[in-house]
Amino acid sequence: MQTSTLILLLLTLTAIAYQFGKRRSLAIVSGKVKKLHSLPGYYGYLTAIWCSVPALIIFGLWSAFESTIIAHLIVSNLPETLQSLSSSRLSLFINDIKNLANGGITSGEVDATIQSAANHYNNLRQISNAALTVLVLGTAIGCAAFAVKNISKEKRARNEVEFSVKIFLIISSTIAIFTTLGIVLSVLFEAIRFFKIVPITEFLFSTEWSPQMAIRADQVGSSGAFGSIPLFAGTLLITVIAMCIAVPIGLMSALYLTEYASPKFRTVAKPLLEILAGVPTVVYGFFAALTVAPMIRDYGAFLGLDVSSESALAAGVVMGIMIIPFVSSLSDDVINAVPQSLRDGAYGMGATKSETIRKVIIPAALPGIVGGVLLAVSRAIGETMIVVMAAGLAANLTANPLETVTTVTVQIVTLLVGDQEFDSPKTLAAFALGLILFMITLTLNFIALHIVRKYREQYD
Amino acid sequence: MSQSAPNAPNNSTASRVQAGLKKRYAQERRFRFYGVLAITLSLLFLSFLFFNISSKGYTAFQQTFIQIDVHFDENKIDPDGTRDSETLSSANYGGLIKSSLRSIFPDVKKRKDKKKLYKLLSPGATFQLREMVMNNPDLIGTTARIWVPADDDYDMLMKGHIDRTLPENERRLKDQDIAWFDHLIESNAVEKRFNLTFFTAGDSREPELAGIWGALVGSLLTLFITLIICFPLGVATAVYLEEFAPQNRWTDLIEVNINNLAAVPSIIFGLLGLAIFINVFHLPRSAPILGGLVLALMTLPTIIIASRTALKSVPPSIRQASLGIGASKMQTVMFHVLPLAMPGMLTGTIIGMAQALGETAPLLMIGMVAFIVDIPAGVTDPATVLPVQIFLWADSPERAFVEKTSAAIMVLLAFLIAMNSLAIFLRKRFEKRW
Repeated sequence: MQTSTLILLLLTLTAIAYQFGKRRSLAIVSGKVKKLHSLPGYYGYLTAIWCSVPALIIFGLWSAFESTIIAHLIVSNLPETLQSLSSSRLSLFINDIKNLANGGITSGEVDATIQSAANHYNNLRQISNAALTVLVLGTAIGCAAFAVKNISKEKRARNEVEFSVKIFLIISSTIAIFTTLGIVLSVLFEAIRFFKIVPITEFLFSTEWSPQMAIRADQVGSSGAFGSIPLFAGTLLITVIAMCIAVPIGLMSALYLTEYASPKFRTVAKPLLEILAGVPTVVYGFFAALTVAPMIRDYGAFLGLDVSSESALAAGVVMGIMIIPFVSSLSDDVINAVPQSLRDGAYGMGATKSETIRKVIIPAALPGIVGGVLLAVSRAIGETMIVVMAAGLAANLTANPLETVTTVTVQIVTLLVGDQEFDSPKTLAAFALGLILFMITLTLNFIALHIVRKYREQYD
Repeated sequence: MSQSAPNAPNNSTASRVQAGLKKRYAQERRFRFYGVLAITLSLLFLSFLFFNISSKGYTAFQQTFIQIDVHFDENKIDPDGTRDSETLSSANYGGLIKSSLRSIFPDVKKRKDKKKLYKLLSPGATFQLREMVMNNPDLIGTTARIWVPADDDYDMLMKGHIDRTLPENERRLKDQDIAWFDHLIESNAVEKRFNLTFFTAGDSREPELAGIWGALVGSLLTLFITLIICFPLGVATAVYLEEFAPQNRWTDLIEVNINNLAAVPSIIFGLLGLAIFINVFHLPRSAPILGGLVLALMTLPTIIIASRTALKSVPPSIRQASLGIGASKMQTVMFHVLPLAMPGMLTGTIIGMAQALGETAPLLMIGMVAFIVDIPAGVTDPATVLPVQIFLWADSPERAFVEKTSAAIMVLLAFLIAMNSLAIFLRKRFEKRW
């Protein structure tokens, strides 16, 4: 039976179980609801929970381990010679078997062993499927029947239902922790494997980055160079350019919108600015690569400058545009949080609006603005699509914005798109870069949130 | 200072203020001007971006078709007259098209020129003929006048994207090619029509056959998975943290984690998907179920934060009233607080979904960049999504893909604008001020 049919069937059973539970509770007290501990609906919910949850758990566990167990069974059935293959060859062989069983293409010749193994695989899968169906439906019906049988006048159905809902709430709230844990572990483990091959000092302090590994040992440049400094320098360069665009424009927009603009103008202009933040980054990337970069190159040629067609300037400018609304809405919040009494005090002294802004509001809001800018920097560092499409791949260590640079995120994408071998430093390097990227953005966010929060407390 | 000001105008504070006033007002005006300038600049960027994309993309909604007379020669399609589908589907339809092209341009004799002539039409014309014959075998033996898509280079020429004034060796189409095409135009055999292929086809290496339907379906399947995972989880987390959680280290840890996850670069989630979901759990690569999972984890913080704000805005009096008449804590939350907070939660969810729809980077890591022609039929089929399709097309060298990319961006932006408008509408319609 197909998975979707099974799930649908289970849902139907759950709905039926709800009705059974409700009817049963009413039947026990012959329709006098007052005699029941909980409302009849709760007995229905309780039965439904008993019907679905254990069955779903079994289903989840089965699906998680099915492929591993079947693969193990197939291997144990293979001839001795094949069983002694190395693990990677063996997994390739198992893949072949699966492909053959699914009617796909195999990598090698189809001989009798693989054919019989494929048949065996199909057989096992059918058995497993049938067993799963029986087990899941059996559990569902059995548990539901047990729950219905247990219904009595005194049964505290509401408390039990509420308890299980609470358990669900608690489990949901831990997902955030598991996600962080998952990120840290996945990045960390692969990064550690990488640092076993390439020393961490070389990764952090060497200035040469060329991750291409030779296939044969005697080829020229057989070992790739994994010095990440040019990548971080490139990231920094593009981030600085982006900030040079985003901070003045974003900050001035926020100041104008909060201090000068009429409410009417604000209600129109603010959502329009927010649109800039809602445009997908891949659109900005396309815009940077096909419009801005050629424009800058042609303009540079007009001025007699030699501008690369994948210049850091193009990517930086477009990234800056993308971050404008981010800076502006964050500063908007902090500027609004400056108490009106400070402004009134300054006006009372005869200061003009701009003087009030420059001498009173900005100093008062400065920590918040700095926090916002730090958050924007962390966005710029982690931004991927614009740089993948508009910045280059060559790792140049340069501060010239007209040249091509590459960034951490570009390298992660280029190293991981396409074939991945998890035993080559080329693939693992992406995870090491990811680890550093994660740590940098985490630190920036932590500092920024800390500054913003501390500052808010002063006026609240 | 106020005493001396009116009497001694020359050396008083007021006069000093007066003297500097002009400069200060100028400064004020300048500052104000900078503010206006900043907003104008950002709005200019925005309009330039939209104008740039739509001016490049609007032509993709039309496509050039060429009219040819095709003789469905029985000897070529089905010499034995069996009419079984095997024979019909494997017949040489390309040959039919070639011969009808030759009959339009009888003076093209050289082998090399003929080869170029055949490139007038898209390879899709062959499939079109096959489909026609398969649907209606009675066509065999007759001659039909049909419209078939032109090759992308001629499509570009028709739309004016190929500059005829350039020297011949800098053009993709040579003088002879253009002359053939002009001959067709003169005989009214060329027409621009609405590009239905773009909305119904999957990806293709031939720009004139490529469409966004496959990517759109992939996007919808992925978003569906994202929604069913992160809406319940996000709302449940928010409810727990806002209504039930005790103030202790554990809940602090959860909150810190949520705030940090909201700011983690999206590409890191791609690394997570690759290392955990693919390498450990062996989920199918390139499948919407995997993409949906990764995007769900990425969107979760947005939804949690929005839902918490929505819950916070429900006044305590509602809770107290409910508790006061004897409802349990859970009943209060489920039947009174949650329905009132729902519009806010839905708004947050739609905004989160819009973010997920536009996200590209994490999906590159988990293999959704593959070249996929087929329309995905389920959540475990290999698929690509709209932003990734844009990325792939943007990388293609053909000029015709530029307009396809821009058109795909227009479709994507239309979806995003629709979603955000819905969110704004919901907020306006159901927002309650207490």
